Amino acid sequence: MNLAAGVEGSNPALNISIFAVFVVITLVIVFRASRSSKTAVDYYAAGHSFTGAQNGIAISGDYLSAASFLGIAGIIAVSGYDGFLYSIGFLVAWLIALLLVAELLRNTGKYTMGDVLSFRMRQRPIRAAAAVSTLVVSIFYLLAQMAGAGGLVALLLGIEAKTGQALVIAVVGVIMILYVIIGGMRGTTWVQIIKATMLIIGAFAMTVWVLGQYGFNLSALLGDAVQKVGEGGEKLLNPGAQYGKTGTTRLDFLSLALALVLGTAGLPHVLMRFYTVPSAKEARKSVVWAIWLIGIFYLFTLVLGYGAGALVGADAINAAPGKTNSAAPLLAYALGGTVLLGIIAAVAFATILAVVAGLTITASASFAHDIYANVIKKGAVDDKKQEVRVARYTAVVIGAVAILGGILANGQNIAFLVALAFAIAASANLPTILYSLFWKRFNTSGALWSIYGGLTICLVLIVFSPAVSGKPVDPVTGKSPSMLQGVDFHWFPLDNPGIVSIPAAFLLGYLGTVLSKERTDVKYAEMEVRSLTGAHAEKAVIH
Amino acid sequence: MSGTEQGPLPEAAPDWTEIQGSAEFTELRRRLRGWVFPMTAAFLVWYLLYVLLSDYAHDFMSTKLWGNINVGLVFGLLQFVSTFAITSLYVRHANRKLDPVAAKIRRDIEDGGADTDRALEEGVR
Repeated sequence: MNLAAGVEGSNPALNISIFAVFVVITLVIVFRASRSSKTAVDYYAAGHSFTGAQNGIAISGDYLSAASFLGIAGIIAVSGYDGFLYSIGFLVAWLIALLLVAELLRNTGKYTMGDVLSFRMRQRPIRAAAAVSTLVVSIFYLLAQMAGAGGLVALLLGIEAKTGQALVIAVVGVIMILYVIIGGMRGTTWVQIIKATMLIIGAFAMTVWVLGQYGFNLSALLGDAVQKVGEGGEKLLNPGAQYGKTGTTRLDFLSLALALVLGTAGLPHVLMRFYTVPSAKEARKSVVWAIWLIGIFYLFTLVLGYGAGALVGADAINAAPGKTNSAAPLLAYALGGTVLLGIIAAVAFATILAVVAGLTITASASFAHDIYANVIKKGAVDDKKQEVRVARYTAVVIGAVAILGGILANGQNIAFLVALAFAIAASANLPTILYSLFWKRFNTSGALWSIYGGLTICLVLIVFSPAVSGKPVDPVTGKSPSMLQGVDFHWFPLDNPGIVSIPAAFLLGYLGTVLSKERTDVKYAEMEVRSLTGAHAEKAVIH
Repeated sequence: MSGTEQGPLPEAAPDWTEIQGSAEFTELRRRLRGWVFPMTAAFLVWYLLYVLLSDYAHDFMSTKLWGNINVGLVFGLLQFVSTFAITSLYVRHANRKLDPVAAKIRRDIEDGGADTDRALEEGVR
């Protein structure tokens, strides 16, 4: 990766100071939250005591990662319309969570995705499978965020040496581990709320600022963005600049679109957020809040992307370190100078920190609750404190993996890793969630076929995809856009496996079910009644 | 089901199959599924239509409507509008048609059966 100087006009000391203020404030809040975080239900689910609105803001904090903010604005600035397609997939996906998953999941589970998947089934194999897929999805997502952190450091702090970047990644990782082990779900949720508020207010201010320069006329803004490109600038407004090149890239886009829309409702860290509220009705409210906030935020990124195209220009963005990821920070500088850049830089850091914390607590909860308590101890852990202790140790291990992985993956393509996490979530998790909730005949064998089958197909196709090896060398950079250089063992034509692996996982779930004689009718009766009515759902814990 | 493994809810045991078969619950399920399944199908088709047009009908999506606003941008913004609209419609449907029925069945299960359940529970263990 080209790591020239940081963004011109950036003041690293100011950027770090603003970020440090965020860290200090959130750490104080996390410490205060830890006083009422003593038990398992506190650590995993914040005592089920957040309101729908609070949780909705926290969900948008979890969901609006650095890829959403820097990534989408950057793609729109440089490739135009195609960046917009991403945000629509990310948003529409929430309707599946709202209509089919959130409330029913809240009513039938306690702490993790495994609770719901294993409800009707033989506990140990299903919990083990749910934990495996939770860990895989979370770690891919984690690596994507941490890999992005390296580029951001170069961009905003002007740290060019790889060792210096590694040090900053390690510091970010350690702060994140502190949030998780001290504050548990309660502390992490507050971090998400603060971060989401900062991010949305920051993006709102910049959006109004950009639109104000064009008399609040979107058409004029688009016209200016086109003019800035000069020859061929019209392409910025039309679909296809990035994905329309060949039949394969078009099919790849369709595959990506499927993974985006079906992946969200299978992301374990999103699902776990539904347990932090006291009832299904509050879970519904939180998704409604999340949909409005996320939707409005993506409308902001549309303006910010074209605004960066018009006011900064694609050439300046491509020349900056971090390339398209620098579009939003450069726009901030063009609008509000060093101070606004510092604020946006701090928001971007806070974003990575918070998303990573949310992923870590999910992965640690799944290991401690599903694998340790229910598979190893066979559901007979009397000492809940011991289970939470295991969760905290796991959080430290996962944090260490994230730091190491982030250092190794520094400079890798973030979008590829995130899209992969979505594809795995859509293939390994969503079919089993939907079958469990809605299909009476579904059973243990079907769930295992679907989870492991979806996971395996997804991973195999990605390993043998052009995203990993075999893309032709780009004459400009002298490097192949693939992850590995100088080797070519790809045989699957698409970057994103979703179009094959998602239908395959649904099919495997069906086949596995009908080929097994096991019936779960009685447990399904309980699950269906409880999921729809909320009878015997976990109640909030009052301290 | 294996009898030795613990389900998520060991302490109470209403007759779930009976409740599942009751007219009240059947009505609740009909109201939920009758709304969310067709709506899910509808928004997925609407989304896929948008994706396929963006993917394969560049000329149509690039048609200018006014100023620099083209069909693709309006189509994309309509996806936001439909998402917000479906969200609001669902909340209204759930508040009016689902919550009251669900609350009644829940009360019956949690209050009505509590004593017998506890007795049953002690008998079993």
